[in-house]
Amino acid sequence: MILSLKNTFAQIGDATLFAKRFFKEVFVPPYEAKEFLKQCYIIGYKSLPLVAITGFIMGLVLTLQSRPTLVKFGAESWLPGMVALSLIREIAPVITALICAGKISSGIGAELGSMKVTEQIDAMEVSAINPYNYLVVTRILACTLMVPLLVIFADAVGIVGGYAGINIHGDVNFYRYLTQIIQSLEFSDLIPATVKTFFFGYFIGMIGCYKGFNAANGTESVGRAANSAVVTASLSIFIIDMVAVQLTDLIYLK
Amino acid sequence: MIKEEKNIEPKSKDKKKTPIIVIKDLHKTFGKDNTVLKGVSLTVNKGEDLVILGRSGSGKSVTIKCIVGLIVPDKGEIKVFDEDLLALSKDELNKMRVKIGFLFQSGALYDSMSVRENLAFTLRAHKRDLTEEEVEKEVLEALESVGLGDAIEKMPAELSGGMRKRIGLARTLILKPEIILYDEPTTGLDTITSREISELILDIKNKQKTSSIIITHDMACAKLTADRIMVLKDGVIHAEGTYEELEKDEDEWVRSFFE
Repeated sequence: MILSLKNTFAQIGDATLFAKRFFKEVFVPPYEAKEFLKQCYIIGYKSLPLVAITGFIMGLVLTLQSRPTLVKFGAESWLPGMVALSLIREIAPVITALICAGKISSGIGAELGSMKVTEQIDAMEVSAINPYNYLVVTRILACTLMVPLLVIFADAVGIVGGYAGINIHGDVNFYRYLTQIIQSLEFSDLIPATVKTFFFGYFIGMIGCYKGFNAANGTESVGRAANSAVVTASLSIFIIDMVAVQLTDLIYLK
Repeated sequence: MIKEEKNIEPKSKDKKKTPIIVIKDLHKTFGKDNTVLKGVSLTVNKGEDLVILGRSGSGKSVTIKCIVGLIVPDKGEIKVFDEDLLALSKDELNKMRVKIGFLFQSGALYDSMSVRENLAFTLRAHKRDLTEEEVEKEVLEALESVGLGDAIEKMPAELSGGMRKRIGLARTLILKPEIILYDEPTTGLDTITSREISELILDIKNKQKTSSIIITHDMACAKLTADRIMVLKDGVIHAEGTYEELEKDEDEWVRSFFE
């Protein structure tokens, strides 16, 4: 028990140093622009279909689930605003980040883990190539920039899903639907929700890289690295979200 | 030919030669009590191929990984080109690593890159001012030196074990190292491919005038490539000599490698 607690603290300390190293190495040349763009393509572009489907379903289901209650109170006209607020402030960032934790963090963990096990990272090291700069910095940076874009995309698709949900039971013009949404939104809804997604992205990338980079020897550890990356990244998303909501609440306290 | 455990002096006939790797009293323990190296000392002279023999877990790979700084020893001294490796800064160590090639047991090719990219990536990392044509020329030259010029478009997954090792060697050679460390270059290969790899090692030594340390269990490879053989037992150098000398050694344990 004490040993396991000690190991946990040691791992947290190690991960903190690993995370801190990113801010030092990101400014150190060579800048691996080609690898960074490749990672943006893999993390961002290749996740679009998954994010689009889940975003659409989120909007649709949220609308269908909320409608009966609002109808009961005669507040059906609030539905577009409520769906948009829920999506933009909470549901789209968290669900998209969780999807990215499952797809991206595990992918990075498995990729770097297998590179570690098959001595590819050591091969870079002995060729005097900085593997942290080439593999870790590019992936964390790509995640940090792509996850917010994916969340914005999920917001948009979710709103379209909400429109589809509303039109199952009624007939609302899309222009009117959008006008209602824009009228109910403020910058204080958009900015904190977007800012926190940069942290989601950073932690998704960092945890995937950390788990992969520190995989033990043996193929079994690749699966363990991928699994551990998903679990830790998902947990970190909820913790960041909780902190972000508390901070937002303090800043925008009325 | 049994050596004293701490004997570090090169044999008398090597005294005129220039030592380029000198290791003294190297110790390494993993975890609390897994002591792998218990005072390894060796010297590699310029232009020499030193073969290290030993059973699995005797510390052969750990020794050569210490030479490239992949593993930091607990105690001891490593001098390469007369520079204390353990006292070098990260940048200085990287400059030194360019002079030391390392062939991993599996070849350690970058799976996500084609053969061309594997070599070009390594080259560009050190020579950023090269044009695309110059990179292509050097890549082809390195591949042809291992007899695999036609594999340039292939992905590592499409290569056989022997080809992966050759490409790994080409990737090492593209930086024109003065020392090459081979970690079990023929392990997992059939007899004919093993012989081809051993001949390639010899060919590289003759053409590029490199010095090498070759870790192997393959006695045919050792016979063909070794100028000198060291036998590692329980983390120390147990015996040293030429292939012919060790083949007739009085020590049964040493002789067992040759049977």
